[in-house]
Amino acid sequence: MKDQNIIQVKNLTKKYGDFFAVNEISFHVKKGEIFGFLGANGAGKTTAMKMLIGISKPTYGEATVAGFDVFKNPEKIKKNIGYMSQKFALYDDLTVNENIIFFGGIYGLKRKIIKHKTKELLSYLGIEELGKTLVGSLPLGVKQKLAFSIALIHEPKIVFLDEPTGGVDPITRRQFWEMIYEKAHQGTTIFVTTHYMDEAEYCDRVSIMVTGKIEALDTPKKLKEIYKVDSMNEVFLKLARGE
Amino acid sequence: MPYMVQKTNRKEFKMKKFKGFIKKEFYHIFRDKRSLFILFGMPIAQILLFGYAVTNEINNVNIAIFDKANDAQSEKIIQNISASNYFNIEQIIYNEADIEKSFKKGKVKAVLVFEPKLAKKLTKDNKANIQVITDATEPNTATTIINYVSVILQKIQMNLNKDIKMPYQIKAQTRMLYNPELKSVFMFVPGVMTIILMLVSAMMTSISITREKEIGTMEILLVSPLKPFQVILGKVFPYIFLSIFNALVIVVIGYFVFRMPLEGSYFLLGLESVLFIVSALSLGVLISTISNTQQTAMMISLMGLLLPVILLSGFIFPIESMPRPLQIFSNIIPATWYIIILKGIMLKGVGIAYLWKETLVLIGMTIFFIALSIRNYKIRLE
Amino acid sequence: MKTILFIIQKEFKQIFRNKAMLPIIFVLPIMQIVILSFAATFEVTNIELAYIDNDKSTYSRELISKFKASNYFTINGELSSAKQGFDAMQKGEIDVFIEIPSNFERQLIKEKEIALSIQIDAINGASAGVENAYINQIIQKFNAKIRAELMPVIPKSKGLKRLELTPSYWYNETLDYKTFMVPGIIVLLVTMVTFFLSGMNIVREKEIGTLEQINVTPIKKYQFIIGKLFPFWVLGIFILFFGMNIGRFLFEVPLLGNPFVILLFASIYILVFLGMGFLISNFTDTQQQAMFIAWFFVVIFILMSGLFTPIESMPSWAQKLTEFNPIRYFIEVIRMVMLKGSGFQDILPQLIKITVYAIVMNILAVVSYRKVS
Repeated sequence: MKDQNIIQVKNLTKKYGDFFAVNEISFHVKKGEIFGFLGANGAGKTTAMKMLIGISKPTYGEATVAGFDVFKNPEKIKKNIGYMSQKFALYDDLTVNENIIFFGGIYGLKRKIIKHKTKELLSYLGIEELGKTLVGSLPLGVKQKLAFSIALIHEPKIVFLDEPTGGVDPITRRQFWEMIYEKAHQGTTIFVTTHYMDEAEYCDRVSIMVTGKIEALDTPKKLKEIYKVDSMNEVFLKLARGE
Repeated sequence: MPYMVQKTNRKEFKMKKFKGFIKKEFYHIFRDKRSLFILFGMPIAQILLFGYAVTNEINNVNIAIFDKANDAQSEKIIQNISASNYFNIEQIIYNEADIEKSFKKGKVKAVLVFEPKLAKKLTKDNKANIQVITDATEPNTATTIINYVSVILQKIQMNLNKDIKMPYQIKAQTRMLYNPELKSVFMFVPGVMTIILMLVSAMMTSISITREKEIGTMEILLVSPLKPFQVILGKVFPYIFLSIFNALVIVVIGYFVFRMPLEGSYFLLGLESVLFIVSALSLGVLISTISNTQQTAMMISLMGLLLPVILLSGFIFPIESMPRPLQIFSNIIPATWYIIILKGIMLKGVGIAYLWKETLVLIGMTIFFIALSIRNYKIRLE
Repeated sequence: MKTILFIIQKEFKQIFRNKAMLPIIFVLPIMQIVILSFAATFEVTNIELAYIDNDKSTYSRELISKFKASNYFTINGELSSAKQGFDAMQKGEIDVFIEIPSNFERQLIKEKEIALSIQIDAINGASAGVENAYINQIIQKFNAKIRAELMPVIPKSKGLKRLELTPSYWYNETLDYKTFMVPGIIVLLVTMVTFFLSGMNIVREKEIGTLEQINVTPIKKYQFIIGKLFPFWVLGIFILFFGMNIGRFLFEVPLLGNPFVILLFASIYILVFLGMGFLISNFTDTQQQAMFIAWFFVVIFILMSGLFTPIESMPSWAQKLTEFNPIRYFIEVIRMVMLKGSGFQDILPQLIKITVYAIVMNILAVVSYRKVS
């Protein structure tokens, strides 16, 4: 494996009572890859992701993230990952700067570095003048890009994005994916769940989950060939219908 | 004609929607087992606990004795004191300094000091002195202790003087109306009932409405074909049932466990309770119109309602003894009026002929709260 | 340590940014101390008294005038019949009415004994008892006065033996109720603000989703908990400080003991409620639930704290229950230190108990807080 596979998963399972939310999934993610994690609502994507980022304990199975075991070292994993949820969990009642300071702070960055990063981040997003604005009053698109940048503030090896583009317009989505590409080029691994099939086309490889199991895993191009269709959307529909 | 048909259909459709909405609110409440347990369990636990425990009848007070006389007479008095239920002789003290020490530790509430040669003085001068030092940080307990001791002393004194006849006596024949045994439960059951109804209704509605605002679902409801007042009504509806149920439980426990009399009409009691519940709910709605977060709603309900309801409504402390401005202020608290009504119906057995004024005040307050809420909502919507 | 500072900074920012909460946190408690301290009194005054004078004699008028002269009674008016009296009582217009029989003066002089009928509204049993005592005092004084007028002097040997009672009221000679209530109300406010805010705070982050965001960071449990709770601890101490000053300068409540003893006790006491608030928020998903549970405990704690009604009056099982009531200990301590000047030694038992309580609560809170579900 070595540095090649930054995420390695084998038979990972989460049971709630008799219900298999995630049923013995196995896969790996290579360093610097954009890995798409697809599935209908309730297919188990989010649960699987939560196990990988250390906030949900797997029932059984194996998984290592950034070289650390999810059972033994969830806290060490957390140092090496960034996470952005579908809710863009920034504090609405804090300003942009205050949010950056807070999250930078709890990742253990020094105040000096945070200050420097804040400047860099604001100018990168082109919102230098918004530093003292409350996050709650920002437009959704800006909020989302900000959340992504804050998830990256401690320069993690992997970023987990849980349906990051829910509810924003196509242009903003496009811009957002450009940011993702840029980060991936810099060597950050991107693990992203989505149910926008056009976004799946942007990924290096995608896995498709149906009722707790991974039913398909390959590059978008290969998947389309296997299922003899023209778009990821059709691949998805075929799988979801169980064909 | 076709138009009419369509219209009634639409009305029916709307009614159905409204029913569905109320159902949703019930589901919300009933699905949340923890809250439900508390909503129903809390009033029962509280009324039982307070019915037994919250009382200002004073008994078993720890006292100390400092007997400088040590003769037959002081002995006799001490015997009488210890035989009474009021006192519990906790400590015997032998010097002045120990009095203060004992008070500072909070061990005793009073010290009885017998002067030296008590018996001798009594036969010689016809007069002897017993000093009762009380820890008056608690004024009520202090005065009550003094009263109890003086009653005991008077009895002993009567015995001493039983040969002498007392002429020219006006004897008071006192009747304690409504509560001959002076039970404090009679005071506290109506009070606890009011507190529980007030807070379950006002606090819970204000929080549940603000919650929808905070998580953004309020907007969804407001753009639905439901009218805003229907939305609010739907939210409030389940709490009316909850509160009525709670009121019922409290009355039943009060009646069977604490032997609270129920002299007046059950029907009137029910009606007045529903009126009070509605007024508390509308207060809750009003609070929700002025707060944006659940935290704010909660703090207003708690700080603005809980303490005033406990302290200013006549629940524990008599309103007549308050300073004039506070007496006037107590009039704007709905609980004050409801407590008067409750005591009237349950203990005095009076009917609406005696309570119409209080009832009207409650109705007026309810209308005021509702009107103000509607105005606030309109402002918000524009 | 540095991480904790970041959390503390954030919490303070959020507290001070919420414009609706600020007045609630700071102004409301002060108003409450000022208003409620006046309200909380068991003194019985302004007793509404009505009378029926069927005799209209010198003595009957004199007896009525004695009631008029008393500070405790307000004469509501003269009634014509007992029925009218009962009616007024049912309406709640009067507390007491006295009926003087038609042959009052004559019988008193001739038969040397006469009964006076008195009706008291006893729904408030405690007040009724006090009212009765006041009435008896007035009647006995009146008896003594008549006796002095009508009776010849008796030789000493045959005289009445009297056991006199000299009351003395330590620490509060004027029996001022405010001295008693103000410290207790300060305790209540400190408790309510710290408990409810901390209880709701974490559930709120759960509800808006930021807690999940924090759980995926490498932050340690203890860092998070300390960082979250510290600002509320400061808030509690601030309210205590403010309340005590209002008590001293507005109500002239004495501060006989060492304020640092109170401060020491309060510092630990607040931890109990912060821990409890945190514990509750670990077991709840919505602020509404958290509120409910917090409220349930607070009402029980308040009413069983000895603040309004004495603990000694409770049945012994209830007295045992109050051992688990932290509010009880702080109220005892603050009253002892402020009003009696008790020192560190005197409050040591309470201090030990509250410390154990704080440790247990916070251990439970830390253990039950899970970053992993």
